[in-house]
Amino acid sequence: MADDMNKMGAPLIFERSKPGARTQMLPPLDVPESLPDPCALRRCAPPLPELAEGEVSRHFSLLERRAFGVNNGFYPLGSCTMKYNPKLNDEMAALPGFADIHPLQPEHTVQGCLEALSRLDVILREITGMDAVSLQPAAGAQGEFTGVMMIKAYHESRGEGSIRTKMLIPDSAHGTNPASAAMNNYTVVTIPSDENGCVDINALRASAGSDTAGLMLTNPNTLGLYEPNVAELTRIVHDAGGLCYYDGANLNAIMGRARPGDMGFDAAHLNLHKTFAAPHGGGGPGGAAVCCKAFLSEYLPSPIVTNDNGAFTLDCGGSSSIGSIHAFYGNFLVCLKALCYLLSLGRDGVTLASSNAVLNANYLMRKLTAPDNAILLDGKPPRACMHEFVLSLKKLKSATGVSALDVAKGLLDEGMHPPTMYFPLIVDEALMFEPTETESRDELDAAAQKITALLNRAFTDPESLRSAPRSTPVRRPDEVKAARSPTLRYGCRTAQ
Amino acid sequence: MSSYIPNPDAVQRDMLQAIGLTNLDGLYSAIRDEPRVKPLNMPEGMSELETRRAVSGMASRNVIFPDIFRGAGAYRHYIPAIVKSIASKETFLTAYTPYQPEISQGILQAIFEYQSEICMLTDMDVSNASAYDGASAAAEAAAMCRVRKRARTLIASTVNPGTIATVRTYCRASDAPVTMLPAVNGLLDMDALRGAVGADVASVIVQSPNYYGLIEDWEAAARVCREAGVKLIAVCNPIALALYRTPGECGADIAVGEGQPLGIPLGFGGPYLGFMACAQSLTRSLPGRIVGETTDADGKRCYVLTLQAREQHIRREKASSSICSNEALCALTASAYIAAMGSFGLRQVAEQCCSKAHYAANALAEAGFTLRYGSPFFHEFLTECPVNADSLMARLEREGILGGLPVDGGILWCVTEMNDRGGIDRLADICKEARRHG
Repeated sequence: MADDMNKMGAPLIFERSKPGARTQMLPPLDVPESLPDPCALRRCAPPLPELAEGEVSRHFSLLERRAFGVNNGFYPLGSCTMKYNPKLNDEMAALPGFADIHPLQPEHTVQGCLEALSRLDVILREITGMDAVSLQPAAGAQGEFTGVMMIKAYHESRGEGSIRTKMLIPDSAHGTNPASAAMNNYTVVTIPSDENGCVDINALRASAGSDTAGLMLTNPNTLGLYEPNVAELTRIVHDAGGLCYYDGANLNAIMGRARPGDMGFDAAHLNLHKTFAAPHGGGGPGGAAVCCKAFLSEYLPSPIVTNDNGAFTLDCGGSSSIGSIHAFYGNFLVCLKALCYLLSLGRDGVTLASSNAVLNANYLMRKLTAPDNAILLDGKPPRACMHEFVLSLKKLKSATGVSALDVAKGLLDEGMHPPTMYFPLIVDEALMFEPTETESRDELDAAAQKITALLNRAFTDPESLRSAPRSTPVRRPDEVKAARSPTLRYGCRTAQ
Repeated sequence: MSSYIPNPDAVQRDMLQAIGLTNLDGLYSAIRDEPRVKPLNMPEGMSELETRRAVSGMASRNVIFPDIFRGAGAYRHYIPAIVKSIASKETFLTAYTPYQPEISQGILQAIFEYQSEICMLTDMDVSNASAYDGASAAAEAAAMCRVRKRARTLIASTVNPGTIATVRTYCRASDAPVTMLPAVNGLLDMDALRGAVGADVASVIVQSPNYYGLIEDWEAAARVCREAGVKLIAVCNPIALALYRTPGECGADIAVGEGQPLGIPLGFGGPYLGFMACAQSLTRSLPGRIVGETTDADGKRCYVLTLQAREQHIRREKASSSICSNEALCALTASAYIAAMGSFGLRQVAEQCCSKAHYAANALAEAGFTLRYGSPFFHEFLTECPVNADSLMARLEREGILGGLPVDGGILWCVTEMNDRGGIDRLADICKEARRHG
């Protein structure tokens, strides 16, 4: 039977459906029935699943077993900051005093919610060195969209909206940066990286000019390197009349050590589900804060929480605000988890968290780039990294035919979530490791051993890696087939 | 102070030594520009018990209303225990986006099931894995429809104001014009729509039930749109979809909406769930993640993130949107809710909402709060307010009731299956009393 289960995989919930099966959730109607005119009704009932509660429970328990979270094992997915998600935070977010609060209740009945937002706002200002915060963005990418729109509104207010049409973005940036700039109708100018993987300062100088709206920069960058000339980079852009936007995806490296506001950035977003330990939920909900310097605060999305001696109000903002980007106030319960995390860690804790994130990354990098591995890795590894590092398996691939993908798939058989693959785009056969501070030395040692063994196996038994994984619930999916003849819903093949 | 760091100080020292350093400060030698060494100005850390007390204290400073008659974009519905149990499963909670399909089949399959259910509810061909919320889903839908010569978005003024505001923000970012369409008797003015669908119009956004709870005529709007080569974006309520004509049946090109009513708590406005589904011809411009079915190396059925050539990590500035993280766990929650309620249960919720709202409308009318508009409504309705709205709300609040939302000089009420007859009668009595005593 176990074999059958394995062969069949998990049935879809629709395949478990038994018409007529149900659990009675509601009492009978206690008022006279009053239903729409028949011509207003849908023609046929949606073919939704019908199951008894026990069947629903088993279905999702099986799906859970076929997934992998931070609770299951090491998850060094670069740029994603997969740190442990403290359980208290989930419990606090489920308190009826938060979960059952309607967003349009009168202000005096939601003082606790507003206080939570206000306290998070104050802490994030301090961590980033900024003057004002909005917690409305629902994820990092929406934070970027918002921050760039504020930059655009600033230029427009100065009559330079139609002149400053270009956004400068390094070639190592996350894809969301150029996409968010394009949503604001900016032309993206790609700034190349230098031989160390940092921004080519001369290229930036050559690109910055009277048509520059701004620079979007991640620091530490996606190679896990702190931009050595960051103050100079922001100065170049400011001298050209542009503004500087900080992508906070990698903030986990530097809390309490350096602040975007001090580096010369004018606006920034932080990912609450990365640095501030809110769980990622298999693809969201995330949460983000957009932080900015005082001169940009009038453009922040509305509403903003204000604190008048402990009386909290929602301020709908002036006429310069870019407006709303969410129906209400953003992902409040995610913000609450971030606040719990920050209250637990406090001043010393956040600094210690970042330091240990950097320590763990350097420790793992040192192990993986030990001299006996060096022949397998391309290029000279950096002497030190911040919270993450990128290895190139280009040499390994040309020597053995085993790719970064193959190694990643081999790690699946070792019970470890692979690092981020093929990013940043400027590194061939890239594997990007971000261990985070919540992994123990034992875990790092074990991971290093597994990875080293796989790299060696590429020479002795490359086929075993090219055909990995073998022990997972399914093996490599046919992604070409998925895209060429898409089946995007149950019971219906979509012809393209 | 809890930092969740598993390595004790002594181990940290050993690790530092292994990389040739003596202290943690040494890790930051790369920071040349004014390294920040002074401690952050923020509170000291706390133990778990202290944090629990502090945060529970904030929760206790909110008022939980036992009776809620307010909707306007966020709806209190019954959430079965099983839904909460599924939504808090640790692995669902702590996984990242399913980039490694071999170990993420559970999450991928859950999203595939969710996509299928959204298609079934809306009668559309293709759904994405979710957008941030209903408002931004509408904004993304407007962006999907824009082509070079057709950039204008028309919005019925009967759409939820939060959605209108968000669509305006997104359109402004793209320098795309927006025109509001007037209403007649609380419904979109079809003549105004006919007059407005010019050659520069990309899409029209029409919500039903609309902000006032009234059922709009999507079918008539779709006819006007089709003749003019304009796309119709139908904003819908997922509970109402169990009962009413669907966007697909009415000929809409895109269906979007706020998925919060599907088992997601009010949570002071988020996280919620933007759902988005479209006609097949628009698949390649749909933003966000999409899960597809395929087979693995052994021919076994499995699921993957697919059609990624639309997305930011591949297309960068040419992507259909910058969205990356979406609301996967909320989509999974909605899917668990749909499974727990089933086809029958979902329709029962819709029917009870509708019946109870009509009962409440009658009771309130008898109390002197007459309906402003005469056309059919689902579970929200706008009444006149013959008394001072603020003092009425204060009076209701003293009785543990969150009254309707003061809107346009009247009150927008919402009634769901959570409101029982006794509670509705009590509401009507208090309103009657308020009117008598002023």
